[in-house]
Amino acid sequence: MKIRPYGDTMSDGKVQVSFTLPCLADESGIEAAKILARKMGMNDPNVVHVEAIGEGFSFFVVYGSVIHEVETDSIKVEKVETPTMSREEIEAIIEAEFDRDIIFIGASTGTDAHTVGIDAIMNMKGFAGHYGLERYKHIKAYNLGSQVSNEEFVRQAKILKADVLLVSQTVTQKDVHLKNMVNLVELLEAENIRDKVLLIAGGARITHELAKELGYDAGFGPKKYAEDVASFAILELIHRKKRVQ
Amino acid sequence: MNKLDLDKNTILRCRISAKKIADDIHGFINQHTTVSVERTVCRLLGIDGVDELDIPIPNRLVDEIYQAGNLGKGISVYIAAGLKLYDNSMARFISAFTAGEVRLSDLKLLSEQEAENILRSQFNKTLAKIKLNKGIRKELQDKYPGRETKLYVIVATGNIYEDVIQAKAAAAQGADIIAVIRSTGQSLLDYVPYGVTTEGYGGTYATQENFRIMRAALDEMTEKTQRYIQLVNYASGLCMPEIAAMAAVERLDILLNDSMYGIIFRDINMQRTFIDQYFSRLINAYAGIIINTGEDNYLTTADAVEEAHTVLASQFINEAFAKQARLPEELMGLGHAFEINPEIENSFLYEVAQAEMAREIFPNAPLKYMPPTKHITGNVFRAYMQNTMFNMATTMTNQSIHLLGMMTEAIHTPFMQDRFLALENAKTVQGALKMWREDIEYKHDGIIRSRAVEVLNMAEKLLDEVKDSGLFKALENGVFANVKRPYDGGKGLDGVVKKDKDYFNVIANRMEAELSED
Ligand code: B12
Repeated sequence: MKIRPYGDTMSDGKVQVSFTLPCLADESGIEAAKILARKMGMNDPNVVHVEAIGEGFSFFVVYGSVIHEVETDSIKVEKVETPTMSREEIEAIIEAEFDRDIIFIGASTGTDAHTVGIDAIMNMKGFAGHYGLERYKHIKAYNLGSQVSNEEFVRQAKILKADVLLVSQTVTQKDVHLKNMVNLVELLEAENIRDKVLLIAGGARITHELAKELGYDAGFGPKKYAEDVASFAILELIHRKKRVQ
Repeated sequence: MNKLDLDKNTILRCRISAKKIADDIHGFINQHTTVSVERTVCRLLGIDGVDELDIPIPNRLVDEIYQAGNLGKGISVYIAAGLKLYDNSMARFISAFTAGEVRLSDLKLLSEQEAENILRSQFNKTLAKIKLNKGIRKELQDKYPGRETKLYVIVATGNIYEDVIQAKAAAAQGADIIAVIRSTGQSLLDYVPYGVTTEGYGGTYATQENFRIMRAALDEMTEKTQRYIQLVNYASGLCMPEIAAMAAVERLDILLNDSMYGIIFRDINMQRTFIDQYFSRLINAYAGIIINTGEDNYLTTADAVEEAHTVLASQFINEAFAKQARLPEELMGLGHAFEINPEIENSFLYEVAQAEMAREIFPNAPLKYMPPTKHITGNVFRAYMQNTMFNMATTMTNQSIHLLGMMTEAIHTPFMQDRFLALENAKTVQGALKMWREDIEYKHDGIIRSRAVEVLNMAEKLLDEVKDSGLFKALENGVFANVKRPYDGGKGLDGVVKKDKDYFNVIANRMEAELSED
């Protein structure tokens, strides 16, 4: 099916954008905004608001109709394919498939000081009514906290014999998270343990696609909870175990 | 102003407990110094710059004495001895030191009196500059008083020159206060980077040169807008007093300077933080810099309804620590925030209760009120609505330093247009609700007053408990922000040194003496 944005008539293509340009809020500024909007694929752009916001900058609000349409049938996205099970199901499956506890370690790594995300996944209390991994039977969850260097993280992974490494990244300005995440993969490879662990990333701006691209096994963003990541991890561990056998 | 009719005796009991809590810690503070405190002494003696490996000279000096195990004497006497050797020329002494021609440990130490005499001309220069700055600030503030509730926005591009562009536009749009947010990770550096910086993450490095560049830009905007534009940075992390010293010299107006934030949110060792915060606040008191405390942050990891009393309790503790450092109430920018889940029924009433309560309990403090952040999502339109409610609460309760919420809070550090829209929102609400505060009273048994009474009572109970357990224990037990920190854990403990009997800090002595005279 081909789709377009919807305003009040199917396929009218209506969108709204707002932006700042380093120019004056006069006729030629408005024209600049319109030209830009056309280049963005908007037909008949309408600059509905323009205002000088100081020091030679102006703010524009533009409405228009986009000329583009999207063929939905051919869309492919990288997403976590494993189903999400309940905590009880996860506990039961570990009991059936493994004769030991599964070890998760997690941290907000690099210079990142945000803990709420990783705590949401790991701590007993969990988040928004979803219990964290610490509460799961047969899972041993070690939350190392925040600002954990990649070196320290890898060291702990070895000491604790972790099966699953959980990395949380919140600060993404100037792609600081990308460098940090790639560095961890390199360290794990240098230590020859990359393929012995499941490496999973998460955070507000993390997607599964991005995580895969960076050499992780999976990525989880907003509205994902302990059961989502635990389901993926356990099913993947079982899958790998079977492959080896 | 007593709209909530809060019990004066309860408030008094809170203050008495908080004083006892801070006094206990002060016994500990007095017996210790830190590498950062001593580096600050170097800076205020006029020592700056880096060596060929980019290591700041204050670090080089202090590290040598630290390695030799003699930092318990304080760096002052060593600098004095070095100056004496080089005919009181700091430049010659420092270049000989960096060239390795002289080792501090080899110097013959002087008596405290002789050291002070030698150092006097050095510190007099810096202290005179700080006093001059204080005078200039006062003059400009008298000339351009501006609005009562100051509008505060942040810039955080990572590049100081880009920050300048954003800051100037913000001032033109109506901002009164500009904070340059620091790069992620700076708080854990045990030194202050040097020179201009153009590459930071989530913020820009705090360096003395960056301070200077931004100050000049804002002074220009002060003349242009006829409002004194205040400059803010962060005296937190492992270099609290050093940043305070740099800020005093470059005429910053406000510093984030909490007594416990580093412990709770950056995992900095608690002993280190308490010692460092004292000296940093002493400098702020001397320089007339407003401190901002960080209670608002508690509500990002703990629930704003359940843990409201911890914010109030912490405000009392921060006030008590500030008094120890001789800060007048007019410089105590105690923090709190509008962080209750907006989906809770009557959430706005609870917010007003908390804000009005803070206003009435700390009537002379330039309260810093933080916007919603935790419950802001990528729905920028909803965020704009939440910020409007926040702006209303600010005006209704007459907050002093009004940190504007950004519609893009959940996405990125602010863009120019985000700030513009936020300022429009705040200005409109300020105007539209101008006299509302004068017109409203709260019902004695209404939701707002009852909530304030409840929070105050809970804070009293908590302070009473902390008074008995001691603040170190309370932090170990996770009383604030639900975060637990061990006494011996965290970063920076190795920089804590017990003072020897003959410890000497020429700057602290001088500032304490002068401030006690006032
Ligand atoms: C709370 C907060 C703080 C608190 C953090 C307290 C703490 N102990 O965590 C404090 C005040 C300390 C803080 C500091 C800073 N912050 Co902050 N902060 C926030 C805020 C308001 C909320 C973040 C949050 O807790 N969300 C709630 C959690 C539950 O969501 P989440 O992390 O997305 O987690 C969920 C999923 O993503 C997933 N998930 C997360 N991690 C993982 C990991 C795995 C393995 C899995 C499976 C899933 C998963 O599961 C969770 C549940 O669904 C956001 C703004 C916002 N509203 O988003 C800014 C924000 C994240 N902060 C920001 C910045 C810049 C900073 C600072 C760098 C500012 C500075 N220069 O000082 C500093 C950080 C310094 C440092 N060294 O990191 C920016 C980041 C901008 C960017 N895109 O880079 C934001 C977006 C604000 C902004 N607009 O500027 N911050």
